[in-house]
Amino acid sequence: MSLFGTKRLWRGVHVPEHKEQTAHLPIRRLPFPPLLIVPLSQHAGKPAKAIVREGQEVVRGEPIAEADGFMSVPMHAPATGRVERIAPAPSARGELTTAIYIRAYPGASQEVLYGSDQDITQMTPDQVIAAVQATGVVGLGGAAFPTHVKLKPPQGRTVDTVVVNGCECEPYLTTDHRIMVEYPKQVLHGTRVVMRALGVERAVIGVEDNKPDAIAALLQANADRPDIKIEPVVARYPQGAEKMLVKVLLGREIPSGGLPADVGLAVFNVATLAQIGDLLPTRQGLIERVVTVTGPAVSKPGNYLIPLGTPLRWVLEQAGCTDQAASIILGGPMMGPSVGSFDIPLTKGVTGVLVLPKKDPPTVYPCIHCAACVDVCPLHLDPSHLGLLARKDRYQDMEEIYHLNDCFECACCSYVCPANIPLVQYFRVAKQMNRERKAR
Amino acid sequence: MPGVKTTVIEVRTSPHLHGPLSVDKIMRHVVYALLPIAAFSVWNFGISAGVLLAFTTLGCVLTEHVTCRLNGNRSTVNDYSAAITGLLLGLTLPPGFPLWMAAIGCLVAIAPGKLLFGGLGSNVFNPALVGRAFLQAAFPVAITNYTPALANGRFWEFIPSSLALPLMKSAPLNDWIAQVRVDGFTGATPLVLLKFDRIYSDPWPMFWGQRAGSSGEMPGFLILLCGGYLVVRHMMDWRIPVAMLSGAAVSGWVFHLLNPTAYPDPLFTLFTGGLLLGATFMATDPVASPVTPRGMWVYGVLMGVLTVLIRNLGGLAEGVMYAILLGNALSPLIDRLTPPRPYGARKPAGAI
Repeated sequence: MSLFGTKRLWRGVHVPEHKEQTAHLPIRRLPFPPLLIVPLSQHAGKPAKAIVREGQEVVRGEPIAEADGFMSVPMHAPATGRVERIAPAPSARGELTTAIYIRAYPGASQEVLYGSDQDITQMTPDQVIAAVQATGVVGLGGAAFPTHVKLKPPQGRTVDTVVVNGCECEPYLTTDHRIMVEYPKQVLHGTRVVMRALGVERAVIGVEDNKPDAIAALLQANADRPDIKIEPVVARYPQGAEKMLVKVLLGREIPSGGLPADVGLAVFNVATLAQIGDLLPTRQGLIERVVTVTGPAVSKPGNYLIPLGTPLRWVLEQAGCTDQAASIILGGPMMGPSVGSFDIPLTKGVTGVLVLPKKDPPTVYPCIHCAACVDVCPLHLDPSHLGLLARKDRYQDMEEIYHLNDCFECACCSYVCPANIPLVQYFRVAKQMNRERKAR
Repeated sequence: MPGVKTTVIEVRTSPHLHGPLSVDKIMRHVVYALLPIAAFSVWNFGISAGVLLAFTTLGCVLTEHVTCRLNGNRSTVNDYSAAITGLLLGLTLPPGFPLWMAAIGCLVAIAPGKLLFGGLGSNVFNPALVGRAFLQAAFPVAITNYTPALANGRFWEFIPSSLALPLMKSAPLNDWIAQVRVDGFTGATPLVLLKFDRIYSDPWPMFWGQRAGSSGEMPGFLILLCGGYLVVRHMMDWRIPVAMLSGAAVSGWVFHLLNPTAYPDPLFTLFTGGLLLGATFMATDPVASPVTPRGMWVYGVLMGVLTVLIRNLGGLAEGVMYAILLGNALSPLIDRLTPPRPYGARKPAGAI
């Protein structure tokens, strides 16, 4: 079995990986912060409903908020302590969201004493789905889409293959990489759980071949089982995007505006499945996640296991953020938003904290129609014309003629643009303007 | 705040990384790629070609600078695009082209050809070819006065027409050509000889660069080499020259098969009339060419076929310039008719 990929993404870009800073560092725990801020909305869908009151003591792992309907997940206490208040907190998107503030007990051992064993092999698919929802697990690759929702395909759709995403194509990030190297059994166990819930026999794990140790670890852990195929793919950005990966691995295209289930697939991130494989057998909840803290302006980079709700300020202090730091990004450098506050708590969807030094804004030239953006767009859109239309505020034409809403903002176009035109930012603005126009 | 020493956070939009290329870098490298061709031109045609090229380059840069300033804008000469226009204009003119006429060419190429449309990125036509088309219409005789390559004394003596005074008749060229030419070298270009005198010449000297012609249309191998450099550096699109050359070769070959005595073979078609220079450095002007992948092929093939049609059926000996200008004019339409099929499209993508 080769560790090198033969399948590959033809569009997209090769971005310098910058992963060497943290790729070899084992996952380590960060000290607990004195105050944790647990937002009720850390996922796509309806926010959870708090079931604790101010002043109440909570035990690490205990549910503190319940799911509000099917499109929602519960929250669990990330630390043993006391609920200080339930109040608005800043979020990465800039708006305030309701959060439960927990003052951690300094003397607590912070062991998880919550949970009980359950045997998945004795459960029906619906019971497995309910059990996954109870863990509070959402897509940990960044999208934070509730995982149990994917286990129930829409009416009339059947899933025949589970696709597991171990690409981690964003530069700098190494969380999925370390999880595959250190917890391959959990990844495979989680894969079998979702296969069972969906009733499918086949799973493919796509891993970019710049992580040969991860591929080797998975192969070794899966040595005698043929139901899960581990497939190395040639590293290229944005191969880790769901739409790209299913095309590369299985040659299927998710229809515009559709779901993977429309082509018989369900796609999960490796970190998500590792958490399911870890939490489900003991009925525990998601209380922490692995976050890559890295960048040229960090003196102690690493892959840290961080309790959910840890404020950014604490993470930066612990990781030794140096004085050249200027810009703080949650996630990878290609798609991650740059944040404007140190008081943002880390939530379920945060894959990394990237600290970049100061940089002068580049000179923006007029578009010279060089077509570099058209050649790299993995969705075969026409970013060149989209950008020209955006400059003329023709947002409706962008959507109706040039398929603006298919764009998932991978930012390849902005990356290659020699004129330094902020194309992807234009597209975000255009989408927002269209939403506002439709809402009127 | 303790620990974190940053006091100012810069909020930027993603992506937070950028690729290695920028417009001024691309343009600068195009200038670098043209320099060997210019140097060969000086070796071929001597001091006249050298002065002509320097003159057109400076002329275009100066025109751009002055026009920008007169318009109350910041000068845009730093992006090197005016230098490219100037070099290309010089390379498409006969080496002995009167300098005062070349100055008019620079003015027309930059002021109406480029800046009137809105400057870099907005011009509909390749500015250098706009300048040359104007000169062809205004001075049809001077622009077809070719002189032989490798003339005696070319490094210290100007071709007499170069230094002609504005609006004055220049010294008769033929006497001078008879006096300086090396045996076997004529002043007429192979295309003119073929079209009007029915004399076929071997195309290979064009490829290696020892025939009369525009100062920069030779040597073919050097043009392809310099273009290849830009392609390797991802600074030029390879599809357009490949499409244009194949379009010309195939359509030229069809003509040749139909009537081998009247129409030349595909190699002759490729190596003559500045087709290599045009296909490599002018048709690929990104501003005036389509952006869609299919559009580039259509555009290239169209220009190649047009070149051959103009040469073989039209009244002109050379067709590259008008073919490219026509292609430029059609490129927005080509873009519109060849939209890429988006990933996951539910129905075939429709044009407007």
